[in-house]
Amino acid sequence: MSLTLSTGQRGYGAWAEAMHAEWTKLRTLASTGWLLAGAVAATVTVSAATAGAATVSPGIDPAKLSLTGVQAGQALFAILGVLAISSEYSTGMIRVTLTAMPRRTVTLAAKAALAGGLALAAAAVAVLVSALAGRFLLPRRGFIPANGYSLLSLGNGADLRAVCGSVLYLALIALLSLGIATAVRDPAVAIGTVLALLYLFPIVATLITDQTWQRHLEQVGPMTAGLYIQATVGVRTLPLTPWQGLGVLALWTAGALILGGLLFRFRDA
Amino acid sequence: MTTIAPYRSPVQDRRDGFPQLLHAEWTKLRTVRGWVIGMIVAILVTVVISLVFAFAVGNTSCQNGSGKVQHGSACLSSLPTGPGGLPVADDFYFVHQPLAGNGSITVRVSSLAGPSGPLSGLNPTPGLMPWAKAGIIIKQNLSGGSAYAAMMVTGSNGVRMQWNYTGDTAGLPGAVSSASPRWLRLVRAGHTITGYDSADGAHWSQVGTVHLTALPSTVQAGLFATSPQLVTFNSGFATGSMNGGTTKAVAVFDHVSRSGGWPASAWTGGAQGAGSGGYHQAASQFTLTGTGDIAPALSGPGNDAAGREPISFFLVGAVAGLIAVIVVATMFMTAEYRRGLIRTTLTASPGRGRVLAAKAAVIGAAAFVTGLVAAAGAALVAIGIAHATGYQLFPVPWPTELRAIVGTGALTAVAAVLTLAIGTMVRRSASAVTIAIAVIVLPYFLAFTMAVPSTIGEWLLRFTPAAAFALQQSLTQYPQVIAVYTPIGGYLPLAPWIGFAVLCGWTALALAGAAYLLRRRDA
Repeated sequence: MSLTLSTGQRGYGAWAEAMHAEWTKLRTLASTGWLLAGAVAATVTVSAATAGAATVSPGIDPAKLSLTGVQAGQALFAILGVLAISSEYSTGMIRVTLTAMPRRTVTLAAKAALAGGLALAAAAVAVLVSALAGRFLLPRRGFIPANGYSLLSLGNGADLRAVCGSVLYLALIALLSLGIATAVRDPAVAIGTVLALLYLFPIVATLITDQTWQRHLEQVGPMTAGLYIQATVGVRTLPLTPWQGLGVLALWTAGALILGGLLFRFRDA
Repeated sequence: MTTIAPYRSPVQDRRDGFPQLLHAEWTKLRTVRGWVIGMIVAILVTVVISLVFAFAVGNTSCQNGSGKVQHGSACLSSLPTGPGGLPVADDFYFVHQPLAGNGSITVRVSSLAGPSGPLSGLNPTPGLMPWAKAGIIIKQNLSGGSAYAAMMVTGSNGVRMQWNYTGDTAGLPGAVSSASPRWLRLVRAGHTITGYDSADGAHWSQVGTVHLTALPSTVQAGLFATSPQLVTFNSGFATGSMNGGTTKAVAVFDHVSRSGGWPASAWTGGAQGAGSGGYHQAASQFTLTGTGDIAPALSGPGNDAAGREPISFFLVGAVAGLIAVIVVATMFMTAEYRRGLIRTTLTASPGRGRVLAAKAAVIGAAAFVTGLVAAAGAALVAIGIAHATGYQLFPVPWPTELRAIVGTGALTAVAAVLTLAIGTMVRRSASAVTIAIAVIVLPYFLAFTMAVPSTIGEWLLRFTPAAAFALQQSLTQYPQVIAVYTPIGGYLPLAPWIGFAVLCGWTALALAGAAYLLRRRDA
């Protein structure tokens, strides 16, 4: 009697199987599609509403204005990241997953790759449609070259950076959420932690009157620093360059994923 | 042969009343360690943010006129304190004489105009300000912040009688011109001052009468002119920018007549406080130029008392605490579904509406206490650090501060109930937490950080559950003072209890939806 083993227990094969398994889980959940659609809808709606209500006044950054929805839509990208792992803990599925794929790092990496990839795809749609809405709505609100505002265009280096950077920003937020959710496991706590981390820095930074504190808080906060990437006006006056700002968010994400990964690796499921 | 007595539960009958249900739900809340920790985190986070804010405002650094860096209270403009204890602006040009005992003064104002030439720092030059003021005033003495009553014509708000900085009553409407001049009269009798106005000097009507206890027997009375600062606020992306500068008003008076005890023989002209201007007398005609304002000084960026914050400002950390409370309130419901406990709960107490009511009462009460303790702690920390660093808090009547503190508890409580209702409808933790944060915290975030234009921000603070943050405002908006009224400055579009009513309305709707779904769906 012989036992037939499945192919590819090691190397590339283990990765491929983990990816395939995780993809099946994500693909067959009804919530994934709704979540992605919701994330795109929220981002575009808030962006378009903001662009449609904007008025010309000094210091306004048309690119950033058209991408305002990112600040609201990121909450749904955060759920995407959180649910990628937390839903397994809610249902006890995680024990099945780890029995089938005992290599925890590979499992987590596969989850991160898929959640990040899906987020990237949804973010690309959301950000491009938002930018397009801004391109059409802003000129009607007086943001025209005659008033000193160039039209939003991907041919413009700063605008391109804002658009591409916003897509990366949303994907990084999803991964940050995945990392935090892996560490804290409970979906409610994970979402609460992520959203507090995102929204509290800008609220405190705006209200604090001291300039030095304000700068420091904005440099450190994952959302405030990460959104520097959307700046196309007054870039030189920012506390960090746009890419450095996105780098700060990337550091938060890496930190959360490493912490989550270590806890995942050494803790009982 | 033995008989076995059948088992009888020692528990008495009728143990499924509402108090027992409340007790059961309270036991669930109290015995989950993570939830208790969540509530404690809510309190700590609120207090810590207050601590950071109190240190930051106490150590604010700024540059003075000569470029030297200063710290703390030196950065705050020193303002006189009015009779009500509020900081006030008392800046105008004053042409005065002492008035001993009772008496009256009457004038005719035939013109009030804006500056004739350009003003420094303002382009384009503004015309006459809506609240430029010129008229007659009876004032306790010449020191800043002293008690007064005045009759005046204004740029575009008609004749007014104003007193003690915050008092304001309307008289004759319409603008003043040589074709339609305005006659003004103030009569002093003891501590009472009565204001009259007239369009022709013959037919007088009383505008108001006020009782100023602080008036000594000899007061200063005469003509004045003043025009407030122009401040325009552009809300952009978390970068509101302020532009502004000094404006000017020019007023022409004649038919000046006095009765009663006026011991001096001539008028004396002088600028009061930070005001400036001058006067020119030709025969019986006086032309006064003035700059400044006689009004309450307001807190908030762009205003006279910028940098001086009321205690309620330090309650802003409550929004962070609220996130922790939202997480606990969600899990208080969703954990029942996740663990299947809901079936036990509903078996023990089949009245589903009652279960929801008990849960709402328990989480609401727990959240109220959490919010109240957090706000009280934050306020005490702010007061303590202000004392230690010498920082001057913006004075606000204590009942208002108390309302802000208790209101924080109330808004936390109702927000927790709203979250519970959302959790009941959605049943999944992650979605419920996100929806709750998206409807309560996100609008607050978008409006306060000016991520959206101020029109949308105002709309969000009127119609979303975040309207309840109006409970935390303690500053007054004065219709007779044009200032920068922004959410960051502490001015919200709705009155405190109306804002709270908006949250309560949403919560009632959500609870109705939750009760309906809880009855209709299988657990």
